[in-house]
Amino acid sequence: MSQKVLLNAKEVNIILHRLACQLIENHNDFSNTVLIGLQPRGVFLADRLAKILTEDYKVKNIKLGHLDITFYRDDFRRGEKTLRANTTKINFIVEDKNIVFVDDVLYTGRSIRAALTAIQSFGRPNEIELLTLIDRRFSRHLPIQPNYRGRQVDVINNEKVKVNWKEHDNEDSVYLIEK
Amino acid sequence: MSELSVNHLLGIKYLNKQDIQLIFETADHFKEVINRPIKKVPSLRDITIANLFFENSTRTKLSFELAEKRLSADVINFSSAQSSVKKGETLIDTVSNILSMKVDMVVMRHPNPGAGVFLSKHVNASIINAGDGAHEHPTQALLDSYSIRERLGDVKGKKVVIVGDILHSRVALSNIFALQLQGAQVMVSGPKTLIPKYIDKLGVKVETNLRKALNWCDVANMLRVQNERMDISYFPSTREYTQQFGVNKDLLDSLDKEITIMHPGPINRGVEITSDVADSKQSIILDQVQNGVAVRMAVIYLLASKIKQ
Repeated sequence: MSQKVLLNAKEVNIILHRLACQLIENHNDFSNTVLIGLQPRGVFLADRLAKILTEDYKVKNIKLGHLDITFYRDDFRRGEKTLRANTTKINFIVEDKNIVFVDDVLYTGRSIRAALTAIQSFGRPNEIELLTLIDRRFSRHLPIQPNYRGRQVDVINNEKVKVNWKEHDNEDSVYLIEK
Repeated sequence: MSELSVNHLLGIKYLNKQDIQLIFETADHFKEVINRPIKKVPSLRDITIANLFFENSTRTKLSFELAEKRLSADVINFSSAQSSVKKGETLIDTVSNILSMKVDMVVMRHPNPGAGVFLSKHVNASIINAGDGAHEHPTQALLDSYSIRERLGDVKGKKVVIVGDILHSRVALSNIFALQLQGAQVMVSGPKTLIPKYIDKLGVKVETNLRKALNWCDVANMLRVQNERMDISYFPSTREYTQQFGVNKDLLDSLDKEITIMHPGPINRGVEITSDVADSKQSIILDQVQNGVAVRMAVIYLLASKIKQ
């Protein structure tokens, strides 16, 4: 198993600040915007972005939620393993809100499809956008594209993109791992 | 541990500790789901479940049906009162006929102990036992333990007394297995005539003095007096039962500590517990009902995920 560094900590940091600025450009003071991190790995990115927006750009009252899509996936009973759920934490109604889905890697688009269904349980949003740190090109199964992307990469199918976070994996980095 | 060790839920006896842990963790997520504005997930949209009730039930049936619908399963209902069972059809024939309509899972309540086990050996579907005679009622025991875990943080190390008609109770047996599996201590209390002779062989304490039992415990699970299952008189009168084994507010307030009161329902108000106890802050009876849906969703979800396409 070989691995290659796609992004190091410094590059991740620069990209996160750029993404934060792009969000501010479109959402101003975030008064009607909510960030929704997708479980399991998108929540680290969402938490980090919220922190940067609050601390570095002084945006007040960022609404942040975590959404688990397990029960909305389209591969129930199709794999070997039982799908284990994660915690959903959305303690507000998303009716008429502008939502930004946040996930680490966009691959087939199926998770996003599930998230689009899942979020409807919390109301009818005004609009939904998608932010991903890594966009894997040429691998989509569904017509889904990000509105904000950190880095676009070309990855062949037997390779995997792994995003690490300081809070969870001791470093900020993105690796390309050959299976 | 990400899947159950069993393909059917026939009784707590067949589960291990990790199974219960997995069911509870999954139920936590479903409890969050059923408190959303839209309380439904699409997971089981290609699963059909038959609810076969060969014995009367209101809340268990409603709870199962709601759990199934919240998971988007297709549901068919059957109760023996209006069926061919009355015309002499056997259990296997009845169920095989239903399964030939492409049903994936069966939730069954039956008056005969072991009916679920018997069926699981003869038909090709996941079976959930919703009560078989005086044998087991596993989902009730799971939701009881789940409610204790929710109220007291953990089941391990807790002292639970089950009060009332232990002899005819499937809830009591399943609860004993479930609680012991999770490391709780269990005591039973009730009229001697309603306590099975060899219950101590299960490692259960027996105490016929209710006050002593309540002073020992953290949680009291009050069972209903099941008059419909009693062929002879087991105690002189309901009034005498209430005097000796009924819990009222005065008794509760006179104890050394604040205990938690549970009841699997339906309550005979004024017999096993008085209204002010049932409606008090110490009672988690309505939490049990809500948790019942979440726990049953977890059981159905986890079993359904083992059904191969």
